[in-house]
Amino acid sequence: MTTRYVVTGIGATAPNGLGNEEFWSATLAGRSGIGRITRFDPEPYPVTLAGQVRGFAADEHLPAKITVQTDLMTHLALVASEMALADAGIDPARQPEYEMAVMTANSSGGNEFGQREIQALWSNGPRHVGAYQSIAWFYAASTGQISIRHGMRGPCGVIATEQAGGLDALSQARRALRQGAGMVLTGGTDASLSPYGLVTQLPTGMLSRSADPARAYLPFDAEACGYVPGEGGAILVMEEERAARARGAARIYGEIAGYAATFDPAPGSGRPPGLLRAVKGALADAGIAPGDVDVVFADAKGVPEADLQEAGVLAEIFGPGGVPVTAPKTMTGRLYAGGAALDVAAALLAVHHSVIPPTTNVTRPAPGCDIDLVLDVPRAAGVRTALVVARGHGGFNSAVVVRAAGG
Amino acid sequence: MTGGRRVVITGIGTATPGGIGTKAFWELLMAGRTATRTISLFDPTGFRSRVAAECDFDPRAEGLSPQEARRMDRAAQLAVISAREAWQDSGLDGESVPPERLAVSVGSAVGNTISLEQEYVVASDGGSRWQVDHAYAVPHLYDYLVPSTLAVEVAWACGAEGPVSLTSTGCTSGLDAVGHGYHLIQEHAADVAVVGATDAPISPITVACFDAIRATTPRNDDPEHAARPFDASRNGFVLGEGAAVMVLEDRELAIRRGAHIYCEVVGFAARGNAFHMTGLKPDGREMAEAIRAAMDEARFAPEDIDYVNAHGSGTKQNDRHETAAFKRSLGPRAHEVPVSSIKSMVGHSLGAIGSIEVAACALAIEHQAVPPTANLRNPDPECDLDYVPLAAREQVVEGVLTVGSGFGGFQTAMVLAHPGR
Repeated sequence: MTTRYVVTGIGATAPNGLGNEEFWSATLAGRSGIGRITRFDPEPYPVTLAGQVRGFAADEHLPAKITVQTDLMTHLALVASEMALADAGIDPARQPEYEMAVMTANSSGGNEFGQREIQALWSNGPRHVGAYQSIAWFYAASTGQISIRHGMRGPCGVIATEQAGGLDALSQARRALRQGAGMVLTGGTDASLSPYGLVTQLPTGMLSRSADPARAYLPFDAEACGYVPGEGGAILVMEEERAARARGAARIYGEIAGYAATFDPAPGSGRPPGLLRAVKGALADAGIAPGDVDVVFADAKGVPEADLQEAGVLAEIFGPGGVPVTAPKTMTGRLYAGGAALDVAAALLAVHHSVIPPTTNVTRPAPGCDIDLVLDVPRAAGVRTALVVARGHGGFNSAVVVRAAGG
Repeated sequence: MTGGRRVVITGIGTATPGGIGTKAFWELLMAGRTATRTISLFDPTGFRSRVAAECDFDPRAEGLSPQEARRMDRAAQLAVISAREAWQDSGLDGESVPPERLAVSVGSAVGNTISLEQEYVVASDGGSRWQVDHAYAVPHLYDYLVPSTLAVEVAWACGAEGPVSLTSTGCTSGLDAVGHGYHLIQEHAADVAVVGATDAPISPITVACFDAIRATTPRNDDPEHAARPFDASRNGFVLGEGAAVMVLEDRELAIRRGAHIYCEVVGFAARGNAFHMTGLKPDGREMAEAIRAAMDEARFAPEDIDYVNAHGSGTKQNDRHETAAFKRSLGPRAHEVPVSSIKSMVGHSLGAIGSIEVAACALAIEHQAVPPTANLRNPDPECDLDYVPLAAREQVVEGVLTVGSGFGGFQTAMVLAHPGR
């Protein structure tokens, strides 16, 4: 019997919904979490919209002892982890300590916490930097805190490949399972919305400057004008299928059936970009043909050149309009390390419920984007296999195949 | 499970305190010389710990173009300089390994901190405004925000188009990044992996971070002797900077092309202590478990280990934690095998040091000699192993264990073997 790695628990912390049910119902209803930034006054800046996890109060979910020593990115990771474990019906205290692994992705550390402490340093002097800066700001904070909170002493890792990280973490989770872990908490969350966190992103020129939440993030649209930044993500519980069934897991959302990662050639090399190879690699790893894919969750950058590139790759593999494509991240913005993890959560829910969530706000496909974009309303279809695509700043390409359980 | 592929090191490059390049690095270690000094990269007045192990280098003289030198943070510069040396040392080219089969795995604990902080200071006008001024955002600012840029730069330097990633597990990043590359080759995701780690944390915010928790030494009046792992008088680590990059390769490929093989990576394991973000239990239990798992994978008995490269940071809790872990995992062998900490000489460069130590271990196998623990004159009575005080030793080195321990509870162990073993 083939060994399969499945997801049995999902914890989503998304701008359009905290918790799976809220996130999934909002996503199917086309309800967006994008709005004017409230974490600070965005007035001075050319970018004023973001996907914030609105109404999220860390204190309602976590002890003050933990919230005080962690940034929002870790609050979100801890809450998502608890939701995922509860969803999977796993009590970590009853699991063998060395068989629980934690593999998360992170893209930019604890931005708000970090900015506060660096301001304390530069405005008041070195003795004003707090004791927790050393553990809140760095990229490993969430994995470390998750491991400690749940007594997980198996392999612990952190990968950073910007938006591709949420997929790369799953591959590390799969490896941990292969090497003997019984379960892995994996995925990622990010929170980059502090003034400096936002300002650092402006020079890429890829953030949307629109102030209209309905027109700001329009991937594959003729009026695409960049993406909206967001915060949040998802943490998943991954297990080996037989083990999940043996313990009587309440549900198996689906299988992480294939994965591949590639990197774009150095600028000026004249060589082709790597996205096509990543998608083909993930399909091959899953042992499926393009025709087996029922839906593609696109990276959907919302930057014309990048959209054309992605649409071209999809058309080349699946044929023009050959597969339904969707981008529910039009309702959340790009969540960096959390983004692809949330896309995988959406893909799992899509195969679990056999329905394709929509892309919102896109009205007029850009010339050259020959893809069948699922617009505005969910498409009921036999959805058994989904492909999730992610690209990280600098040239990272990753793809994951998600398949319905029991296939 | 892993296809039985064996993975060897065929190229090494380093940029460490005391000199750029592996030749300078190994000479420093063999001489037992320390590269710790009073911080010169910024004015440390007012900080509790004012010593560090700094790298002296001119980016242009080391071969970086004006644009590379401008866009790269110091951590990226150190990484790329090391990567080019390692790549050249391996004798590989685009024909012996196609770009698609070449992976990159870089580790870093704190990414592009120096640039992020410098640009923050400008945008906030000296820390005076929360709403920083975006008119002062420099072109590569986002590349500094995301640590993955360090892997991007190394991939560009080597022409890699296979899996590329940055691993950031605090002070075990450098070991974990090598471990990731080892797995990628075992899993057939790549035939060659350029692996390593870099950190350039000697900036006010990072120094202040460690001041706040008293992790670094306040021995400011004697910088050359400030790093004293396992010594009764040690009182914290000395911050360092640097990078090391290695070329990992499928052993069959290396043999086929007649490459020089430094050593083989035979075991790797990572565990979490799930105890405390910065604290360590004195029993060393989880590090011992990582060592046990790595030795199992290597099919090594304790007697097969000829040298242990310790994490040896020079904090009291680390030195005792680690000593206990060695006793727990190696049994009586722990009292026989030489154990040393090169952090006594090159400082603790956070995420980079794990890779720098793998480089040191590979060179120890190559030269059949083990580096000493400098400044170890009065051992802590609770640290009762053979820590190779003061002077390097020529000896048989066929099997090596190297370990790391990091904030977040990360505990990692790797086992390396002589290629003829």
